[in-house]
Amino acid sequence: MRIPKLSNLLPTGRHLVIGIPFFWLFLFFMLPFAIVLKISFAEADVAIPPYTEIYTWADNQLQLILNLGNYLILSEDELYLAAYLGSLKIAFFSTLMCLLIGYPMAYAIARASKEAQTVLLLLIMMPTWTAILIRVYAWMGILSNNGLLNSVLMGMGLIDEPLQILNTNLAVYIGVVYSYLPFMILPLYANLVKHDPSLLEAASDLGSSTFNSFWKITVPLSKNGIIAGSMLVFIPVVGEFVIPELLGGPETLMIGKVLWQEFFNNRDWPVASALAVVMLAILIVPIILFNRNQAKELEGKV
Amino acid sequence: MKRFSFSTLMLWAGLLFIYLPMIILVIYSFNASKLVTVWGGWSVKWYVGLLDNTQLMNSVGRSLEIALYTAIAAVALGTLAAFVLTRIPRFRGRTMFGGMVTAPLVMPEVITGLSLLLLFVAMAQLIGWPQERGIVTIWIAHTTFCSAYVAIVVSARLRELDLSIEEAAMDLGARPWKVFILITIPMIAPSLAAGGMMSFALSLDDLVLASFVSGPGSTTLPMEVFSAVRLGVKPEINAVASLILLTVSLFTFFAWFFSRQAEERRKRAIQQAMETMAEEAASSNWKPASTQAA
Repeated sequence: MRIPKLSNLLPTGRHLVIGIPFFWLFLFFMLPFAIVLKISFAEADVAIPPYTEIYTWADNQLQLILNLGNYLILSEDELYLAAYLGSLKIAFFSTLMCLLIGYPMAYAIARASKEAQTVLLLLIMMPTWTAILIRVYAWMGILSNNGLLNSVLMGMGLIDEPLQILNTNLAVYIGVVYSYLPFMILPLYANLVKHDPSLLEAASDLGSSTFNSFWKITVPLSKNGIIAGSMLVFIPVVGEFVIPELLGGPETLMIGKVLWQEFFNNRDWPVASALAVVMLAILIVPIILFNRNQAKELEGKV
Repeated sequence: MKRFSFSTLMLWAGLLFIYLPMIILVIYSFNASKLVTVWGGWSVKWYVGLLDNTQLMNSVGRSLEIALYTAIAAVALGTLAAFVLTRIPRFRGRTMFGGMVTAPLVMPEVITGLSLLLLFVAMAQLIGWPQERGIVTIWIAHTTFCSAYVAIVVSARLRELDLSIEEAAMDLGARPWKVFILITIPMIAPSLAAGGMMSFALSLDDLVLASFVSGPGSTTLPMEVFSAVRLGVKPEINAVASLILLTVSLFTFFAWFFSRQAEERRKRAIQQAMETMAEEAASSNWKPASTQAA
């Protein structure tokens, strides 16, 4: 047997380059999910931290006690079920609206001149760098009963008394579409700008109408952009907390908000963990879909 | 093509939709009236009042500090990750690595925040660190998700790069790390700057992650604003919000401006080099093969 040289055991440059980001992401992104899973099987306790250990070591026996109670609570209490469904519904329709509004916008940017493209992209991107909190807050002032929108509508004589928009689901939809629209536009633009315009010219030479060639050529070619944009909107919106908290009302049930309350107000860490585990289970398919898409994009194989 | 097509119309309507609320917010921050909905003339009194608010100013300082550390760490980590993704085609766990890099982009913040907090609590029990949650734990959380953004921006640039320059340096005997520092880094510098500014802004903006992983006495600016906003719309918050909008807009503008300038300098340099070469070719007897054939 060959004795390995010491230099073979030490990490080489290549190992370090891969190892540093791998280790960081593993420690601070992957491992935490395992801990959430573990705590979701624990019992709430009046202690610091406020949950019981799921395994004990006594009489040379390792005992593992999985408490399924948290998951039973989730399935039995209608509040949680309604929150999951509410989140999925709001995320689905907001994604659809972002797609319908964002697609033409991305298309127009991709067709603009090179100079205009950079400026327009900057205009679209800037809000994503700006506090989402502040942009949601701006809508509070506009949508409230004595806010700007109602004042304008009443001033124009269109309505006699203020419309109740703030603290309803409508306000949540407005806030979500407003906040996540750039995340739809950017991947769509990145995709659309790569299209070869000669394909469309060829189609129109062969007598295809503008709409027909758009539907048969541009849309299928932009499939990857549509998937990336939709997932970039859908997945975070399911867990959204700030928007339903500030713009939503009692009818607004979203899982991110419920999780926040379980954790911060009820201090029930195991139930909050179970909520997160189920949310992750629901989102795992879209997340894998997005990751595949993005991995191809990152490696430039599209 | 028609000048005012449907998509152009949608673009302008969309931009109006994106910017109008922010413009209204800024205008109302100059409202003299205490009632946010009634216009009482122009005034800067809400801005002046902010300076005396020590609690707020402390949180601003804390947020800026975290954002600075985050930007530095996220650029380093994100660039490494981007380099691995674009230049090292095969290694064990590559699929998992690609997944871990992109997943933080979409992962709902409540899940990331909760899981990181539980990790920190478990670590504190197991190895006694971190004893207290605060700036360091917020920094770790922000670095983790900002490096995903940096990785996306930088890998886009790395893919565009002409590999032949790096290969030439390698052929001339430069060690890989030297090639990386002397050749690759300067060529991707604009995207490093853009990634850094982006991380700075994202960190400054984050509420949910910071709320989970902060400890007592380490309130960040968004947390401060959030607790005030929950109580309703107030002129002071309008002023704070406007200042944040202004700061970030300036930041974005400069990031764009500098990266554009760097790009133009690069193009000019290439053009100049080509011209010099062409002149040299013209003055000597040497002619490119194509012209000789003609």
